[in-house]
Amino acid sequence: MAGSNKTNITPPRWLLAELTYACPLQCPYCSNPIDYAKYQSELDTEDWKRVLTQARKMGAVQLGFSGGEPLTRKDLPELVKHARDLGYYSNLITSGYGLTEEKIVQLKEAGLDHIQVSIQASSQELNDHIAGTASFQHKKEVAHLVKKHGYPMVLCVVIHRENIHQMPEILAMAEELGADYLELANTQYYGWAHANRDLLLPTKEQFEQAEQIAQAFKEKVAGKMKIYYVVPDFYEDRPKACMNGWGTTFLTIAPDGVALPCHSARDLPGLDCPNVKDYSIEQIWNESKAFNFFRGFEWMKEPCSSCDEKEKDFGGCRCQAYLLSGDMYAADPVCSKSPNHPVIQEAIDSAKASALADNEKPLIFRNSKNSRRLS
Amino acid sequence: MSINPDQTIKFSPMHRLQWEEVQQKDVILYPEGMVELNQSSAEILKMCDGTRNLAQIVSDLEQKFATTGLVNDITAFLEVALKNGWIQQN
Repeated sequence: MAGSNKTNITPPRWLLAELTYACPLQCPYCSNPIDYAKYQSELDTEDWKRVLTQARKMGAVQLGFSGGEPLTRKDLPELVKHARDLGYYSNLITSGYGLTEEKIVQLKEAGLDHIQVSIQASSQELNDHIAGTASFQHKKEVAHLVKKHGYPMVLCVVIHRENIHQMPEILAMAEELGADYLELANTQYYGWAHANRDLLLPTKEQFEQAEQIAQAFKEKVAGKMKIYYVVPDFYEDRPKACMNGWGTTFLTIAPDGVALPCHSARDLPGLDCPNVKDYSIEQIWNESKAFNFFRGFEWMKEPCSSCDEKEKDFGGCRCQAYLLSGDMYAADPVCSKSPNHPVIQEAIDSAKASALADNEKPLIFRNSKNSRRLS
Repeated sequence: MSINPDQTIKFSPMHRLQWEEVQQKDVILYPEGMVELNQSSAEILKMCDGTRNLAQIVSDLEQKFATTGLVNDITAFLEVALKNGWIQQN
């Protein structure tokens, strides 16, 4: 077992509860695994309650109810109530689809702290195209209702080549809806987004222009709205400090109960990610092979192992290293010191060529049919 | 942004102040984020219950900890807290 028996394991702070892979939307950059359709089983209510209790006891305090669409779970209010009783700060990460005023009130009474609503674009036509579902008007209504009932409202917009030109309109929409926080999440190219990368990756010029507009807006709304800007790592020289370091902070539980050090870790070979049906959260966090695999620095190869920035970025993202170089121990290819760094420029060039081509291939939408076809 | 000395100060309803047993610390919780507080910052924020203005917070804390001369430190911290949206005045 790589890097086990560590004495300096920090407790989890963030628990991401992926309640289900079911979702009425079909976003082509979904963070669920490509082969999600083969995971049909879902933890039951008592399993989730036990997971919440055990993780809270270890120190987890931020809790994300996510999916898929978490609202498809009938027991959501019961889980929210359990989380509140334990002292979690609960975040509902939703498409807004199926969210009624009655439900918003019910969840507030159960103790939900915040609702994050995703919107795919600033125009109905593009939103509904990207989401694969007519949902734009309802999302805007939901955003109003979230505010009306006293929740902090976070608007999340995933940014990619199809909507990056709408940056000024997206910012205006966030202001109009009275968002307290706006998350501008540049697409991270894993899973579905990786499959659609040629169609989603913007050019460097597009990135820079959009970032400039967002920065100016950030200054304008300082004190009123907070902007979370998720950087586009393909245009950075150094990788992101993924998950704040492996097994240090974040714990994801997939719908079937598999515990993951990050929500993409399912795709890494040989990790044998444990299931909460078989082990306690404490055993999983402290003792499992998967959570110890990339803890610390001993697993690193050059150029990471002798790099003076390794404590800052931990060699970047393991899933991205595996996806782009085939070697999960390698430096994240985003890093300009990585011998695999040229694959990033190749991806950028390929996306640009695709954008200029006469007959661009269509987006692959995230649905069960495509999931089965691709896995 | 500065503290209005005449108005009372209250902790923001959009944030939560909470003791964390595992960390042995008070923390501020908000959407997808957390700030860990040292003991003096936590003591100041606990006074922000909407009934006290700046002078009252200073005098109550000086009394509680049997000391004087806290006004500058408390004011500086509350200005940071106001800028971060952790407290409100109205």
